[in-house]
Amino acid sequence: MTEAITNLVKLLATEPYRLLVFLVGMMAFVGLNAAYLVWVERKGAARFQRRPGPTEVGYAGLLQPIADAVKLMSKQLIVPAGVDRTLFRVAPLLMMSPALMSLAVIPWGENLAARNINVGLLMIFSFASINVMAIMLGGWASRNKYAIISAARVVSQNVAYEIPMLLVAITMIMVTGTMNLNEIVQQQAGAFWHWNLFRVWINPLMPVTFLIFYTCMLAETNRAPFDMAEAESELVAGAYTEYSGMGFGVFFMAEYANILLGCALATVLFLGGWQSPFGILSGVIWFLLKMYFLVFSVVWIRWTFPRTQFYGLLNLSWKILIPVSLLTLILSSAMIKLFHHA
Amino acid sequence: MSTFPASQMIVGGVFLMCAATTVAGALLAALTARIIRSVCGLAISCIGLAGLYYFLHSPFLALMEILIYVGAVCVTIIFAVMLAEPDEPVRDDKLGSTLLWGSFAFVVCAAVFWGLWQLGTHQDWTVPVARVSDGSIQAIGKSLLTTYSLAFELISLALLVAIIGALALARTGRDKV
Repeated sequence: MTEAITNLVKLLATEPYRLLVFLVGMMAFVGLNAAYLVWVERKGAARFQRRPGPTEVGYAGLLQPIADAVKLMSKQLIVPAGVDRTLFRVAPLLMMSPALMSLAVIPWGENLAARNINVGLLMIFSFASINVMAIMLGGWASRNKYAIISAARVVSQNVAYEIPMLLVAITMIMVTGTMNLNEIVQQQAGAFWHWNLFRVWINPLMPVTFLIFYTCMLAETNRAPFDMAEAESELVAGAYTEYSGMGFGVFFMAEYANILLGCALATVLFLGGWQSPFGILSGVIWFLLKMYFLVFSVVWIRWTFPRTQFYGLLNLSWKILIPVSLLTLILSSAMIKLFHHA
Repeated sequence: MSTFPASQMIVGGVFLMCAATTVAGALLAALTARIIRSVCGLAISCIGLAGLYYFLHSPFLALMEILIYVGAVCVTIIFAVMLAEPDEPVRDDKLGSTLLWGSFAFVVCAAVFWGLWQLGTHQDWTVPVARVSDGSIQAIGKSLLTTYSLAFELISLALLVAIIGALALARTGRDKV
């Protein structure tokens, strides 16, 4: 019996099987998270608004996501007349798959990453850029006024916020000297003052950098207060207006997958990944704790702040975030050159 | 890796998939009548191309291909298309001039293809003794800032001209259109 288990472990350790295991695991992880983050969202919203939220299905409404999933899956997939059929159907998948692929390079633990590649950070940013296209194509293919307005908004928003996000990423690459996410985490070993967030001797504006990254992450994932793409009270449901059943469900799952990815990336870049804040007992549990704290803060922000105006959103990026992120970039390069020159 | 059965076949299959994606995307871009679909074809083709770069041991270039061509260029094109023409284009019925230009384009493409084919099959491709570069980010960065710095700077100059042009076009502001 033990021999059989050792053989199985050996078999699973060979590369293609290992990848397969990670692939299935990642899909299950994203699916479960998407389902239960909806529960967290609804419970959180309810608590912020002083009401109980879902309570009927299961203890504290814990089975609510399953009921929701069954409901969504049993609904008819309506493809309205006059839409571009192929693009209409492909758009949700196009939104979901980049997030799934990007999760492959996230180092969940010291040896727990599907693929430890040297350009991991770049890979996440390049696949994340496909996201815009998905919402835009979905909106355009719907042939709906609201959806097209939403698609146009999404592009201006994402183009505006991709610039400061990439500038922050370049700052982080300069500070760490690598694009390998696992190495970035390893550099932050020790106690919490070694985390990039608190390394003010490299760049005194490091917390500001984190704030810019976090804001851009909210905007890139189209979360309130930046949910211009959906904006229920203005655009019905924006780019998702014409989607029914699981078509909408996949968009919804993709939104949570993207939030998860953004929070995981923030954890890796700024909060020390799987490193423990006290320098002992590092492990995957710390990664999950930090990541879910960030996810909770995203929910918290959504139900606390009202939606910004569209011009306010663009002004925030072009007039504040981009100049400040350029400043942090120049400042950290100057400080690396002056004080930390290898 | 070598212990895994048929790993060569899997790698070959992935390579064929990348090549097929590139060709299919290019065909889609050229053959469809709807402009949004041809941009999608361009994006698909770029993703296939990125896969081919990955096979050439240049993961950096592959990801840059996706980031720039899919994430920036295609998105910009679609955005421009959406602002300009939300509906189907009217079919141009001047068959004569379409045929003329079509055959002209066909001849040019055939000539280019023939030239490349000749180059590919009749050239004596020697494998360099030492690897020119390892395709790592460090190697690319060094060559961009030493050997190819002039080209690198010229590209940024072109971008600067584009930015200034956009500003010059848009400087009248929102209310003076």
